[in-house]
Amino acid sequence: MLPEKIKHRLEQQIAGAEHPRELVVDVMFALQEHFGYLSDEAVAEAAGMLDMTPLEIEELATFYTFVYRQPVGKYVIHVCDSVVCWMNGVESIKDYLCRQLDIADGETTADGLFTLLPVCCIGYCDRAPAMLINKKAYGHLTPEKIDKILEKLKTEALQKTE
Amino acid sequence: MYPQVLFQNRKSDRIATLEEYRQSGGYQALADVLKNRSYQDVRQTISDAELLGRGGAAFPTGMKLTSVAEDAPFPRYIVCNADEMEPGTFKDRVLIHADPHMIIEGMILAGYAALAEHGIIFIRPEYENAARILEREIAVARKQGYLGPNILGSDYCLEIVVHRSGGRYICGEVTAQLNALMGKRPNPQQPPPYATEKGLWGMPTVTSNVESLACIPHILRNGQQWFKDLALTQSAAGTKIFAVSGKVNRPGCYELPMGVRLSEIIEEYAGGMPDGSEFKACLPGGASTCFLPREHYDIAMDFQTLRDIGNRLGTGAIMVFDQKTCLVGATLNLIEFFTRESCGWCTPCREGLPCIREILQRIENGQGEDEDITRLERMCKHLWNAYCALAPGAASPVESLLKYFGDEVRQHIRQKQCPFKESQ
Ligand SMILES: Cc1cc2nc3c(=O)[nH]c(=O)nc-3n(C[C@H](O)[C@H](O)[C@H](O)COP(=O)(O)O)c2cc1C
Ligand code: SF4
Ligand code: FES
Repeated sequence: MLPEKIKHRLEQQIAGAEHPRELVVDVMFALQEHFGYLSDEAVAEAAGMLDMTPLEIEELATFYTFVYRQPVGKYVIHVCDSVVCWMNGVESIKDYLCRQLDIADGETTADGLFTLLPVCCIGYCDRAPAMLINKKAYGHLTPEKIDKILEKLKTEALQKTE
Repeated sequence: MYPQVLFQNRKSDRIATLEEYRQSGGYQALADVLKNRSYQDVRQTISDAELLGRGGAAFPTGMKLTSVAEDAPFPRYIVCNADEMEPGTFKDRVLIHADPHMIIEGMILAGYAALAEHGIIFIRPEYENAARILEREIAVARKQGYLGPNILGSDYCLEIVVHRSGGRYICGEVTAQLNALMGKRPNPQQPPPYATEKGLWGMPTVTSNVESLACIPHILRNGQQWFKDLALTQSAAGTKIFAVSGKVNRPGCYELPMGVRLSEIIEEYAGGMPDGSEFKACLPGGASTCFLPREHYDIAMDFQTLRDIGNRLGTGAIMVFDQKTCLVGATLNLIEFFTRESCGWCTPCREGLPCIREILQRIENGQGEDEDITRLERMCKHLWNAYCALAPGAASPVESLLKYFGDEVRQHIRQKQCPFKESQ
Protein backbone atom coordinates (compact mmCIF):
# COMPACT_ATOMS: atom_id res chain seq x y z
CA MET A 1 0.00 0.00 0.00
CA LEU A 2 1.20 3.45 -0.89
CA PRO A 3 1.37 5.63 2.25
CA GLU A 4 -1.29 8.33 2.33
CA LYS A 5 1.36 11.03 2.56
CA ILE A 6 3.09 10.17 -0.71
CA LYS A 7 -0.20 9.57 -2.43
CA HIS A 8 -1.52 12.92 -1.30
CA ARG A 9 1.58 14.76 -2.46
CA LEU A 10 1.43 13.17 -5.90
CA GLU A 11 -2.28 13.77 -6.22
CA GLN A 12 -1.81 17.41 -5.41
CA GLN A 13 0.93 17.69 -8.00
CA ILE A 14 -1.30 16.01 -10.57
CA ALA A 15 -4.24 18.24 -9.72
CA GLY A 16 -2.04 21.26 -10.35
CA ALA A 17 -0.92 20.11 -13.79
CA GLU A 18 -2.69 21.22 -16.91
CA HIS A 19 -1.96 17.87 -18.55
CA PRO A 20 -1.58 15.18 -15.84
CA ARG A 21 0.14 12.76 -18.24
CA GLU A 22 3.18 15.00 -18.51
CA LEU A 23 4.00 13.95 -14.94
CA VAL A 24 4.10 10.24 -15.66
CA VAL A 25 7.88 9.88 -15.35
CA ASP A 26 7.93 11.87 -12.10
CA VAL A 27 5.16 9.67 -10.73
CA MET A 28 6.95 6.49 -11.77
CA PHE A 29 10.17 7.73 -10.14
CA ALA A 30 8.36 8.63 -6.91
CA LEU A 31 6.63 5.25 -6.71
CA GLN A 32 9.84 3.48 -7.53
CA GLU A 33 11.56 5.30 -4.73
CA HIS A 34 8.96 4.08 -2.29
CA PHE A 35 8.59 0.49 -3.47
CA GLY A 36 12.25 0.02 -4.40
CA TYR A 37 11.24 -0.67 -8.00
CA LEU A 38 8.17 -0.20 -10.17
CA SER A 39 6.16 -3.16 -8.89
CA ASP A 40 2.85 -4.32 -10.36
CA GLU A 41 1.18 -2.51 -7.53
CA ALA A 42 3.06 0.67 -8.43
CA VAL A 43 2.01 0.35 -12.07
CA ALA A 44 -1.62 0.07 -10.96
CA GLU A 45 -1.24 3.05 -8.62
CA ALA A 46 0.34 5.22 -11.30
CA ALA A 47 -2.38 4.29 -13.78
CA GLY A 48 -5.11 5.12 -11.27
CA MET A 49 -3.64 8.46 -10.34
CA LEU A 50 -2.98 9.60 -13.90
CA ASP A 51 -6.16 8.22 -15.42
CA MET A 52 -4.14 6.02 -17.76
CA THR A 53 -4.42 2.28 -18.33
CA PRO A 54 -1.86 -0.02 -16.68
CA LEU A 55 -0.81 -0.99 -20.21
CA GLU A 56 0.04 2.63 -21.02
CA ILE A 57 2.19 2.81 -17.90
CA GLU A 58 3.77 -0.51 -18.79
CA GLU A 59 4.80 0.62 -22.27
CA LEU A 60 6.60 3.59 -20.74
CA ALA A 61 8.06 1.71 -17.79
CA THR A 62 9.65 -0.86 -20.07
CA PHE A 63 10.97 1.85 -22.40
CA TYR A 64 12.96 3.93 -19.94
CA THR A 65 16.37 2.87 -18.67
CA PHE A 66 15.94 4.30 -15.19
CA VAL A 67 12.55 2.79 -14.46
CA TYR A 68 13.08 -0.67 -12.99
CA ARG A 69 10.25 -3.15 -13.49
CA GLN A 70 12.05 -5.80 -11.44
CA PRO A 71 13.41 -5.64 -7.90
CA VAL A 72 16.81 -3.99 -7.65
CA GLY A 73 19.31 -3.56 -4.86
CA LYS A 74 19.53 -0.58 -2.60
CA TYR A 75 22.30 0.75 -4.80
CA VAL A 76 21.96 0.45 -8.56
CA ILE A 77 25.33 0.56 -10.25
CA HIS A 78 25.14 1.60 -13.89
CA VAL A 79 28.50 1.07 -15.52
CA CYS A 80 28.94 2.95 -18.79
CA ASP A 81 29.91 0.61 -21.60
CA SER A 82 29.98 3.12 -24.47
CA VAL A 83 32.91 3.85 -26.69
CA VAL A 84 35.10 6.22 -24.65
CA CYS A 85 34.85 4.08 -21.51
CA TRP A 86 35.43 1.02 -23.69
CA MET A 87 38.62 2.63 -24.99
CA ASN A 88 39.69 3.36 -21.44
CA GLY A 89 39.37 -0.18 -20.17
CA VAL A 90 35.85 -0.44 -18.82
CA GLU A 91 35.82 -4.18 -19.52
CA SER A 92 38.35 -4.91 -16.81
CA ILE A 93 36.62 -2.50 -14.44
CA LYS A 94 33.39 -4.34 -14.95
CA ASP A 95 35.04 -7.71 -14.43
CA TYR A 96 36.49 -6.40 -11.22
CA LEU A 97 33.09 -5.20 -10.01
CA CYS A 98 31.51 -8.55 -10.87
CA ARG A 99 34.19 -10.39 -8.92
CA GLN A 100 34.01 -8.09 -5.90
CA LEU A 101 30.22 -8.29 -5.76
CA ASP A 102 30.10 -11.90 -6.88
CA ILE A 103 27.35 -11.23 -9.42
CA ALA A 104 27.00 -11.08 -13.19
CA ASP A 105 25.66 -8.17 -15.24
CA GLY A 106 21.99 -7.62 -14.44
CA GLU A 107 22.11 -9.41 -11.08
CA THR A 108 21.67 -8.29 -7.49
CA THR A 109 23.92 -9.26 -4.59
CA ALA A 110 22.57 -11.79 -2.09
CA ASP A 111 22.36 -9.14 0.64
CA GLY A 112 20.17 -7.02 -1.63
CA LEU A 113 22.59 -4.11 -1.56
CA PHE A 114 23.90 -3.85 -5.11
CA THR A 115 22.52 -4.36 -8.61
CA LEU A 116 24.80 -4.13 -11.61
CA LEU A 117 23.32 -2.86 -14.88
CA PRO A 118 24.97 -1.77 -18.11
CA VAL A 119 24.17 1.71 -19.37
CA CYS A 120 25.02 3.81 -22.40
CA CYS A 121 27.28 6.86 -22.15
CA ILE A 122 26.40 8.81 -19.02
CA GLY A 123 28.03 12.04 -20.20
CA TYR A 124 31.19 11.80 -18.13
CA CYS A 125 33.47 10.73 -20.97
CA ASP A 126 36.08 13.22 -19.77
CA ARG A 127 36.40 11.00 -16.69
CA ALA A 128 36.21 7.60 -18.40
CA PRO A 129 35.79 4.89 -17.31
CA ALA A 130 32.75 6.09 -15.43
CA MET A 131 29.70 4.78 -13.65
CA LEU A 132 26.60 5.99 -11.89
CA ILE A 133 25.37 4.77 -8.51
CA ASN A 134 21.86 5.92 -7.65
CA LYS A 135 22.35 8.77 -10.15
CA LYS A 136 25.63 9.94 -8.63
CA ALA A 137 28.56 9.85 -11.05
CA TYR A 138 31.98 8.33 -10.34
CA GLY A 139 34.82 8.69 -12.81
CA HIS A 140 38.43 7.71 -13.46
CA LEU A 141 37.60 4.27 -12.08
CA THR A 142 40.34 1.94 -10.86
CA PRO A 143 40.08 -1.21 -8.73
CA GLU A 144 41.29 0.74 -5.69
CA LYS A 145 38.70 3.42 -6.21
CA ILE A 146 35.96 0.84 -6.59
CA ASP A 147 36.99 -0.83 -3.32
CA LYS A 148 36.68 2.49 -1.56
CA ILE A 149 33.30 3.31 -3.06
CA LEU A 150 31.82 -0.10 -2.24
CA GLU A 151 33.21 0.03 1.28
CA LYS A 152 31.70 3.45 1.86
CA LEU A 153 28.29 2.41 0.59
CA LYS A 154 28.28 -0.74 2.69
CA THR A 155 29.02 1.28 5.83
CA GLU A 156 26.40 3.82 4.88
CA ALA A 157 23.80 1.07 4.43
CA LEU A 158 24.69 -0.44 7.78
CA GLN A 159 24.37 2.89 9.55
CA LYS A 160 20.99 3.47 8.00
CA THR A 161 19.57 0.15 9.20
CA GLU A 162 20.91 0.61 12.70
CA MET B 1 44.01 32.55 -25.96
CA TYR B 2 40.82 32.85 -27.95
CA PRO B 3 37.88 34.89 -26.60
CA GLN B 4 35.69 33.02 -24.16
CA VAL B 5 32.04 33.79 -24.65
CA LEU B 6 29.98 30.90 -23.31
CA PHE B 7 32.65 29.98 -20.78
CA GLN B 8 33.57 33.54 -19.75
CA ASN B 9 32.36 32.97 -16.18
CA ARG B 10 33.42 29.35 -15.94
CA LYS B 11 35.20 28.43 -12.70
CA SER B 12 37.03 25.25 -12.00
CA ASP B 13 35.27 24.54 -8.75
CA ARG B 14 31.84 26.12 -8.73
CA ILE B 15 28.88 27.52 -10.60
CA ALA B 16 28.80 31.19 -11.56
CA THR B 17 26.31 33.14 -9.49
CA LEU B 18 23.62 35.43 -10.82
CA GLU B 19 25.69 38.39 -9.67
CA GLU B 20 28.72 37.20 -11.62
CA TYR B 21 26.61 36.58 -14.68
CA ARG B 22 25.15 40.07 -14.42
CA GLN B 23 28.58 41.65 -14.00
CA SER B 24 29.64 40.08 -17.27
CA GLY B 25 26.70 41.73 -19.01
CA GLY B 26 24.12 39.07 -18.28
CA TYR B 27 20.43 39.98 -18.60
CA GLN B 28 21.33 43.26 -20.36
CA ALA B 29 20.14 41.82 -23.64
CA LEU B 30 16.86 40.82 -22.04
CA ALA B 31 16.28 44.27 -20.54
CA ASP B 32 17.10 45.96 -23.83
CA VAL B 33 15.02 43.61 -25.97
CA LEU B 34 11.92 43.79 -23.81
CA LYS B 35 12.11 47.56 -23.74
CA ASN B 36 13.18 48.42 -27.25
CA ARG B 37 12.87 45.58 -29.71
CA SER B 38 10.06 43.69 -31.37
CA TYR B 39 10.06 39.90 -31.48
CA GLN B 40 10.44 40.11 -35.28
CA ASP B 41 13.57 42.15 -34.78
CA VAL B 42 14.99 39.50 -32.44
CA ARG B 43 14.25 36.77 -34.98
CA GLN B 44 15.99 38.80 -37.67
CA THR B 45 19.13 39.39 -35.59
CA ILE B 46 19.44 35.69 -34.75
CA SER B 47 18.96 34.82 -38.44
CA ASP B 48 21.54 37.38 -39.54
CA ALA B 49 24.03 36.04 -37.01
CA GLU B 50 23.82 32.73 -38.84
CA LEU B 51 23.56 30.74 -35.64
CA LEU B 52 23.35 27.05 -36.52
CA GLY B 53 21.91 24.59 -34.01
CA ARG B 54 24.53 23.03 -31.75
CA GLY B 55 22.45 19.93 -30.96
CA GLY B 56 23.77 17.98 -33.93
CA ALA B 57 21.67 18.88 -36.96
CA ALA B 58 23.08 22.39 -37.58
CA PHE B 59 19.68 23.76 -38.51
CA PRO B 60 19.57 27.61 -38.56
CA THR B 61 18.05 28.76 -35.26
CA GLY B 62 16.69 31.98 -36.77
CA MET B 63 14.88 30.05 -39.46
CA LYS B 64 13.30 27.79 -36.87
CA LEU B 65 12.04 30.78 -34.88
CA THR B 66 10.74 32.43 -38.00
CA SER B 67 8.78 29.32 -38.92
CA VAL B 68 6.42 30.05 -36.03
CA ALA B 69 3.78 31.90 -38.05
CA GLU B 70 2.62 35.38 -37.04
CA ASP B 71 -0.93 34.12 -36.64
CA ALA B 72 -0.02 30.80 -34.98
CA PRO B 73 -2.21 29.93 -32.00
CA PHE B 74 -1.32 30.29 -28.31
CA PRO B 75 -0.02 29.06 -25.93
CA ARG B 76 3.34 28.41 -27.57
CA TYR B 77 6.24 26.47 -26.12
CA ILE B 78 9.99 26.91 -25.97
CA VAL B 79 11.89 23.71 -25.14
CA CYS B 80 15.53 23.50 -24.16
CA ASN B 81 16.99 20.15 -25.18
CA ALA B 82 19.38 19.04 -22.43
CA ASP B 83 19.05 15.34 -23.14
CA GLU B 84 22.62 14.96 -24.42
CA MET B 85 22.81 11.19 -24.62
CA GLU B 86 25.07 10.63 -27.60
CA PRO B 87 28.31 8.88 -26.59
CA GLY B 88 31.16 11.36 -26.36
CA THR B 89 28.93 14.37 -25.71
CA PHE B 90 29.10 16.20 -22.38
CA LYS B 91 29.29 19.89 -23.28
CA ASP B 92 25.76 20.75 -22.16
CA ARG B 93 26.42 19.32 -18.73
CA VAL B 94 29.56 21.44 -18.40
CA LEU B 95 27.80 24.55 -19.68
CA ILE B 96 24.91 24.17 -17.21
CA HIS B 97 27.38 23.72 -14.37
CA ALA B 98 29.38 26.75 -15.54
CA ASP B 99 26.74 29.42 -16.02
CA PRO B 100 23.09 28.38 -15.72
CA HIS B 101 21.71 31.91 -16.10
CA MET B 102 23.17 32.19 -19.58
CA ILE B 103 20.94 29.32 -20.63
CA ILE B 104 17.95 30.75 -18.80
CA GLU B 105 18.39 34.16 -20.45
CA GLY B 106 18.85 32.51 -23.83
CA MET B 107 15.66 30.61 -23.31
CA ILE B 108 13.72 33.71 -22.34
CA LEU B 109 14.97 35.56 -25.42
CA ALA B 110 14.21 32.66 -27.75
CA GLY B 111 10.86 32.33 -26.00
CA TYR B 112 10.16 36.00 -26.69
CA ALA B 113 11.10 35.58 -30.35
CA ALA B 114 8.47 32.83 -30.57
CA LEU B 115 6.08 34.57 -28.15
CA ALA B 116 6.09 31.43 -26.04
CA GLU B 117 4.64 31.50 -22.55
CA HIS B 118 5.68 28.02 -21.47
CA GLY B 119 9.32 26.98 -21.23
CA ILE B 120 10.50 23.45 -20.55
CA ILE B 121 14.01 22.15 -20.02
CA PHE B 122 14.12 18.47 -20.96
CA ILE B 123 16.97 16.78 -19.13
CA ARG B 124 18.32 13.25 -18.86
CA PRO B 125 18.15 11.49 -15.48
CA GLU B 126 21.93 11.09 -15.34
CA TYR B 127 22.11 14.87 -14.96
CA GLU B 128 20.09 15.08 -11.75
CA ASN B 129 22.60 17.56 -10.32
CA ALA B 130 22.24 19.83 -13.31
CA ALA B 131 18.45 19.54 -13.07
CA ARG B 132 18.57 20.74 -9.47
CA ILE B 133 20.91 23.60 -10.31
CA LEU B 134 18.56 24.75 -13.05
CA GLU B 135 15.51 24.54 -10.78
CA ARG B 136 17.28 26.55 -8.12
CA GLU B 137 18.48 29.23 -10.55
CA ILE B 138 15.10 29.44 -12.28
CA ALA B 139 13.64 30.34 -8.87
CA VAL B 140 16.38 32.96 -8.45
CA ALA B 141 15.64 34.43 -11.88
CA ARG B 142 11.94 34.51 -11.11
CA LYS B 143 12.55 36.43 -7.90
CA GLN B 144 14.48 39.03 -9.89
CA GLY B 145 11.60 39.49 -12.28
CA TYR B 146 13.34 37.79 -15.23
CA LEU B 147 10.68 35.09 -15.31
CA GLY B 148 6.99 34.96 -14.52
CA PRO B 149 4.28 37.45 -15.41
CA ASN B 150 5.26 40.79 -17.00
CA ILE B 151 8.96 40.21 -17.20
CA LEU B 152 10.90 43.37 -16.24
CA GLY B 153 7.68 45.35 -16.45
CA SER B 154 6.92 44.36 -20.06
CA ASP B 155 3.89 42.54 -21.46
CA TYR B 156 5.91 39.38 -21.95
CA CYS B 157 5.29 36.40 -19.61
CA LEU B 158 7.21 33.14 -19.41
CA GLU B 159 7.48 30.32 -16.90
CA ILE B 160 10.19 27.67 -17.14
CA VAL B 161 10.00 24.19 -15.65
CA VAL B 162 12.49 21.33 -15.64
CA HIS B 163 11.25 18.02 -17.02
CA ARG B 164 13.17 14.89 -16.08
CA SER B 165 13.42 12.13 -18.62
CA GLY B 166 13.26 8.44 -17.78
CA GLY B 167 16.39 8.00 -19.90
CA ARG B 168 16.61 6.89 -23.55
CA TYR B 169 18.78 8.27 -26.35
CA ILE B 170 15.84 8.68 -28.73
CA CYS B 171 14.29 11.21 -26.33
CA GLY B 172 16.85 13.71 -27.62
CA GLU B 173 15.26 13.63 -31.06
CA VAL B 174 12.83 16.55 -31.23
CA THR B 175 9.64 14.72 -32.16
CA ALA B 176 10.29 11.79 -29.82
CA GLN B 177 10.96 14.35 -27.11
CA LEU B 178 7.58 15.96 -27.67
CA ASN B 179 5.94 12.57 -27.18
CA ALA B 180 8.01 12.00 -24.05
CA LEU B 181 6.92 15.39 -22.70
CA MET B 182 3.29 14.48 -23.30
CA GLY B 183 3.64 11.23 -21.39
CA LYS B 184 3.49 9.10 -24.51
CA ARG B 185 5.91 6.42 -25.61
CA PRO B 186 8.80 8.40 -27.09
CA ASN B 187 8.74 7.23 -30.69
CA PRO B 188 9.58 9.87 -33.29
CA GLN B 189 6.87 11.42 -35.44
CA GLN B 190 7.68 12.41 -39.00
CA PRO B 191 6.50 15.83 -40.13
CA PRO B 192 4.26 17.35 -41.32
CA PRO B 193 3.01 18.92 -39.21
CA TYR B 194 6.23 20.57 -38.04
CA ALA B 195 6.63 21.14 -34.33
CA THR B 196 6.79 24.91 -34.81
CA GLU B 197 3.30 24.60 -36.25
CA LYS B 198 1.81 21.81 -34.12
CA GLY B 199 4.06 20.53 -31.37
CA LEU B 200 3.35 20.01 -27.68
CA TRP B 201 -0.37 19.50 -27.10
CA GLY B 202 -0.91 20.59 -30.69
CA MET B 203 0.61 24.02 -30.09
CA PRO B 204 3.60 25.71 -31.79
CA THR B 205 6.83 24.51 -30.17
CA VAL B 206 10.44 25.55 -30.70
CA THR B 207 13.13 23.16 -29.49
CA SER B 208 16.75 24.25 -29.22
CA ASN B 209 19.90 22.79 -27.78
CA VAL B 210 21.42 24.16 -24.56
CA GLU B 211 24.49 25.58 -26.32
CA SER B 212 22.43 27.19 -29.11
CA LEU B 213 20.30 28.98 -26.54
CA ALA B 214 23.37 30.11 -24.58
CA CYS B 215 24.65 31.93 -27.72
CA ILE B 216 21.52 34.06 -28.03
CA PRO B 217 22.07 36.65 -25.25
CA HIS B 218 25.55 37.38 -26.67
CA ILE B 219 24.25 37.77 -30.21
CA LEU B 220 21.58 40.22 -29.12
CA ARG B 221 23.93 42.21 -26.94
CA ASN B 222 26.91 42.37 -29.30
CA GLY B 223 25.29 42.14 -32.70
CA GLN B 224 25.31 39.66 -35.57
CA GLN B 225 28.55 40.86 -37.11
CA TRP B 226 30.46 40.41 -33.86
CA PHE B 227 29.13 36.86 -33.63
CA LYS B 228 30.13 36.02 -37.19
CA ASP B 229 33.57 37.50 -36.64
CA LEU B 230 34.23 35.13 -33.76
CA ALA B 231 34.67 32.30 -36.26
CA LEU B 232 37.97 31.78 -38.03
CA THR B 233 36.42 30.60 -41.29
CA GLN B 234 34.30 32.63 -43.67
CA SER B 235 31.28 30.34 -43.75
CA ALA B 236 31.06 29.84 -40.00
CA ALA B 237 29.82 31.93 -37.07
CA GLY B 238 30.41 31.97 -33.34
CA THR B 239 32.42 29.81 -31.02
CA LYS B 240 31.95 26.12 -30.34
CA ILE B 241 32.34 24.06 -27.23
CA PHE B 242 34.42 21.06 -28.19
CA ALA B 243 34.09 18.14 -25.80
CA VAL B 244 37.27 16.16 -26.27
CA SER B 245 37.68 12.61 -24.97
CA GLY B 246 39.52 9.38 -25.67
CA LYS B 247 43.26 9.18 -26.15
CA VAL B 248 44.27 12.70 -25.12
CA ASN B 249 46.08 13.94 -22.05
CA ARG B 250 43.51 16.51 -20.99
CA PRO B 251 40.00 15.37 -21.90
CA GLY B 252 37.42 18.09 -21.30
CA CYS B 253 35.43 20.95 -22.79
CA TYR B 254 37.17 23.76 -24.67
CA GLU B 255 35.45 26.80 -26.09
CA LEU B 256 37.19 27.74 -29.33
CA PRO B 257 36.29 29.68 -32.46
CA MET B 258 34.40 27.81 -35.14
CA GLY B 259 36.89 26.83 -37.80
CA VAL B 260 39.78 26.14 -35.41
CA ARG B 261 42.03 23.32 -36.63
CA LEU B 262 41.51 19.83 -35.26
CA SER B 263 45.26 19.43 -34.69
CA GLU B 264 45.29 22.61 -32.65
CA ILE B 265 42.39 21.44 -30.46
CA ILE B 266 44.12 18.16 -29.74
CA GLU B 267 47.65 19.44 -29.28
CA GLU B 268 47.20 22.90 -27.75
CA TYR B 269 44.09 22.42 -25.67
CA ALA B 270 43.52 18.73 -25.00
CA GLY B 271 47.17 18.36 -24.04
CA GLY B 272 48.23 16.20 -26.95
CA MET B 273 48.17 12.44 -26.98
CA PRO B 274 49.64 10.22 -24.27
CA ASP B 275 53.19 8.92 -24.73
CA GLY B 276 53.28 6.12 -27.25
CA SER B 277 49.95 7.11 -28.78
CA GLU B 278 49.59 8.42 -32.32
CA PHE B 279 46.51 9.91 -33.91
CA LYS B 280 44.74 7.29 -35.95
CA ALA B 281 41.24 8.72 -36.29
CA CYS B 282 38.57 10.62 -34.45
CA LEU B 283 34.83 10.93 -34.45
CA PRO B 284 34.56 14.70 -34.84
CA GLY B 285 31.07 15.30 -33.54
CA GLY B 286 29.64 12.43 -31.54
CA ALA B 287 28.86 8.77 -32.14
CA SER B 288 26.72 9.46 -35.20
CA THR B 289 29.45 11.12 -37.26
CA CYS B 290 32.07 9.49 -39.52
CA PHE B 291 35.57 8.40 -38.59
CA LEU B 292 37.93 11.16 -39.65
CA PRO B 293 41.30 9.74 -40.71
CA ARG B 294 44.80 11.11 -40.30
CA GLU B 295 44.80 12.83 -43.70
CA HIS B 296 42.29 15.37 -42.30
CA TYR B 297 44.14 15.95 -39.04
CA ASP B 298 44.51 19.66 -39.82
CA ILE B 299 40.96 20.26 -40.93
CA ALA B 300 39.12 23.44 -39.94
CA MET B 301 36.38 22.42 -37.52
CA ASP B 302 33.19 24.02 -38.72
CA PHE B 303 29.92 22.71 -40.12
CA GLN B 304 30.62 23.48 -43.77
CA THR B 305 34.22 22.27 -43.95
CA LEU B 306 33.29 18.92 -42.43
CA ARG B 307 30.32 18.63 -44.75
CA ASP B 308 32.69 19.21 -47.67
CA ILE B 309 34.63 16.05 -46.79
CA GLY B 310 31.46 14.02 -46.31
CA ASN B 311 31.53 14.20 -42.54
CA ARG B 312 29.59 16.22 -39.96
CA LEU B 313 30.54 18.48 -37.06
CA GLY B 314 27.48 17.19 -35.16
CA THR B 315 27.74 18.30 -31.54
CA GLY B 316 31.49 18.94 -31.69
CA ALA B 317 32.21 15.98 -29.40
CA ILE B 318 35.66 14.81 -30.51
CA MET B 319 36.60 11.24 -29.57
CA VAL B 320 40.22 10.50 -30.35
CA PHE B 321 41.46 7.00 -31.24
CA ASP B 322 45.12 6.01 -31.35
CA GLN B 323 46.99 3.50 -33.48
CA LYS B 324 46.66 0.81 -30.80
CA THR B 325 42.88 0.92 -30.79
CA CYS B 326 40.95 -1.49 -33.00
CA LEU B 327 38.41 0.43 -35.03
CA VAL B 328 36.37 -2.68 -35.79
CA GLY B 329 36.01 -3.10 -32.03
CA ALA B 330 35.17 0.59 -31.63
CA THR B 331 32.54 0.42 -34.37
CA LEU B 332 31.09 -2.71 -32.83
CA ASN B 333 30.78 -0.85 -29.54
CA LEU B 334 29.08 2.10 -31.26
CA ILE B 335 26.62 -0.20 -33.02
CA GLU B 336 25.95 -1.92 -29.71
CA PHE B 337 24.90 1.48 -28.44
CA PHE B 338 22.61 2.25 -31.37
CA THR B 339 21.08 -1.23 -31.26
CA ARG B 340 20.26 -0.91 -27.60
CA GLU B 341 18.86 2.58 -28.03
CA SER B 342 16.81 1.97 -31.19
CA CYS B 343 13.22 2.78 -30.28
CA GLY B 344 12.02 -0.22 -32.27
CA TRP B 345 9.45 1.68 -34.31
CA CYS B 346 10.67 0.96 -37.84
CA THR B 347 12.08 -2.18 -39.44
CA PRO B 348 15.34 -0.96 -41.05
CA CYS B 349 16.63 0.24 -37.70
CA ARG B 350 15.13 -2.39 -35.40
CA GLU B 351 16.22 -5.32 -37.57
CA GLY B 352 19.15 -3.80 -39.45
CA LEU B 353 21.20 -2.77 -36.44
CA PRO B 354 21.31 -6.21 -34.76
CA CYS B 355 22.29 -7.66 -38.13
CA ILE B 356 25.17 -5.19 -38.50
CA ARG B 357 26.20 -5.87 -34.93
CA GLU B 358 26.34 -9.58 -35.61
CA ILE B 359 28.47 -9.17 -38.73
CA LEU B 360 30.89 -6.85 -36.93
CA GLN B 361 31.05 -9.26 -34.01
CA ARG B 362 31.96 -12.09 -36.38
CA ILE B 363 34.70 -10.02 -38.02
CA GLU B 364 36.09 -8.95 -34.66
CA ASN B 365 36.08 -12.56 -33.48
CA GLY B 366 38.01 -13.72 -36.55
CA GLN B 367 35.05 -15.48 -38.10
CA GLY B 368 34.38 -12.92 -40.82
CA GLU B 369 34.41 -13.55 -44.55
CA ASP B 370 34.98 -11.26 -47.54
CA GLU B 371 31.25 -11.13 -48.35
CA ASP B 372 30.63 -9.58 -44.95
CA ILE B 373 31.94 -6.29 -46.29
CA THR B 374 29.29 -6.14 -49.00
CA ARG B 375 26.71 -7.29 -46.48
CA LEU B 376 27.65 -4.38 -44.22
CA GLU B 377 27.44 -1.94 -47.12
CA ARG B 378 24.02 -3.23 -48.08
CA MET B 379 22.69 -3.09 -44.53
CA CYS B 380 23.95 0.47 -44.10
CA LYS B 381 21.99 1.49 -47.21
CA HIS B 382 18.85 0.10 -45.57
CA LEU B 383 19.50 2.22 -42.50
CA TRP B 384 19.12 5.33 -44.63
CA ASN B 385 15.49 4.30 -45.27
CA ALA B 386 14.61 4.33 -41.59
CA TYR B 387 11.91 6.51 -40.07
CA CYS B 388 14.14 8.94 -38.15
CA ALA B 389 17.73 10.18 -38.10
CA LEU B 390 18.95 7.69 -35.48
CA ALA B 391 19.60 4.96 -38.02
CA PRO B 392 21.46 7.05 -40.64
CA GLY B 393 23.53 8.33 -37.73
CA ALA B 394 24.36 4.76 -36.80
CA ALA B 395 25.38 4.03 -40.39
CA SER B 396 28.01 6.78 -40.35
CA PRO B 397 30.72 5.06 -38.28
CA VAL B 398 30.23 1.79 -40.16
CA GLU B 399 30.36 3.36 -43.61
CA SER B 400 33.42 5.41 -42.76
CA LEU B 401 35.12 2.36 -41.22
CA LEU B 402 34.75 0.60 -44.56
CA LYS B 403 35.76 3.66 -46.53
CA TYR B 404 38.91 4.66 -44.65
CA PHE B 405 39.87 1.55 -42.72
CA GLY B 406 38.86 -1.20 -45.12
CA ASP B 407 42.37 -2.67 -44.86
CA GLU B 408 41.98 -3.08 -41.14
CA VAL B 409 38.66 -4.85 -41.63
CA ARG B 410 40.14 -7.16 -44.29
CA GLN B 411 43.10 -7.87 -42.05
CA HIS B 412 40.69 -9.18 -39.39
CA ILE B 413 39.10 -11.42 -41.98
CA ARG B 414 42.35 -12.68 -43.50
CA GLN B 415 44.17 -13.32 -40.21
CA LYS B 416 41.04 -14.84 -38.68
CA GLN B 417 41.59 -12.76 -35.57
CA CYS B 418 41.72 -9.21 -34.35
CA PRO B 419 45.24 -7.92 -35.11
CA PHE B 420 45.10 -5.70 -32.03
CA LYS B 421 44.40 -8.43 -29.53
CA GLU B 422 48.06 -9.10 -28.68
CA SER B 423 49.02 -5.47 -28.32
CA GLN B 424 46.07 -4.61 -26.06
C1 LIG C 1 18.57 10.12 -32.13
C2 LIG C 1 18.76 11.58 -31.93
C3 LIG C 1 19.15 12.07 -30.70
C4 LIG C 1 19.32 13.44 -30.49
N1 LIG C 1 19.70 13.88 -29.26
C5 LIG C 1 19.84 15.21 -29.05
C6 LIG C 1 20.21 15.70 -27.77
O1 LIG C 1 20.41 14.93 -26.84
N2 LIG C 1 20.34 17.04 -27.60
C7 LIG C 1 20.11 17.91 -28.61
O2 LIG C 1 20.20 19.12 -28.42
N3 LIG C 1 19.76 17.48 -29.83
C8 LIG C 1 19.61 16.15 -30.07
N4 LIG C 1 19.23 15.71 -31.31
C9 LIG C 1 18.97 16.71 -32.34
C10 LIG C 1 17.56 17.23 -32.19
O3 LIG C 1 16.69 16.40 -32.93
C11 LIG C 1 17.40 18.66 -32.67
O4 LIG C 1 17.95 18.79 -33.93
C12 LIG C 1 18.02 19.69 -31.75
O5 LIG C 1 17.69 19.49 -30.41
C13 LIG C 1 17.56 21.06 -32.14
O6 LIG C 1 18.30 22.03 -31.43
P1 LIG C 1 19.37 22.94 -32.20
O7 LIG C 1 18.71 23.41 -33.45
O8 LIG C 1 19.65 24.02 -31.24
O9 LIG C 1 20.54 22.07 -32.47
C14 LIG C 1 19.07 14.34 -31.55
C15 LIG C 1 18.70 13.84 -32.79
C16 LIG C 1 18.54 12.48 -32.98
C17 LIG C 1 18.14 12.01 -34.33
S1 SF4 D 1 15.17 4.81 -37.02
FE1 SF4 D 1 15.31 3.61 -35.11
S2 SF4 D 1 15.00 5.14 -33.52
FE2 SF4 D 1 14.24 6.06 -35.44
S3 SF4 D 1 12.06 5.50 -35.53
FE3 SF4 D 1 13.15 3.86 -36.58
S4 SF4 D 1 13.46 2.34 -34.95
FE4 SF4 D 1 12.99 4.25 -33.93
S1 FES E 1 31.44 6.87 -23.02
FE1 FES E 1 31.34 6.38 -20.91
S2 FES E 1 30.68 8.25 -20.03
FE2 FES E 1 30.67 8.67 -22.16
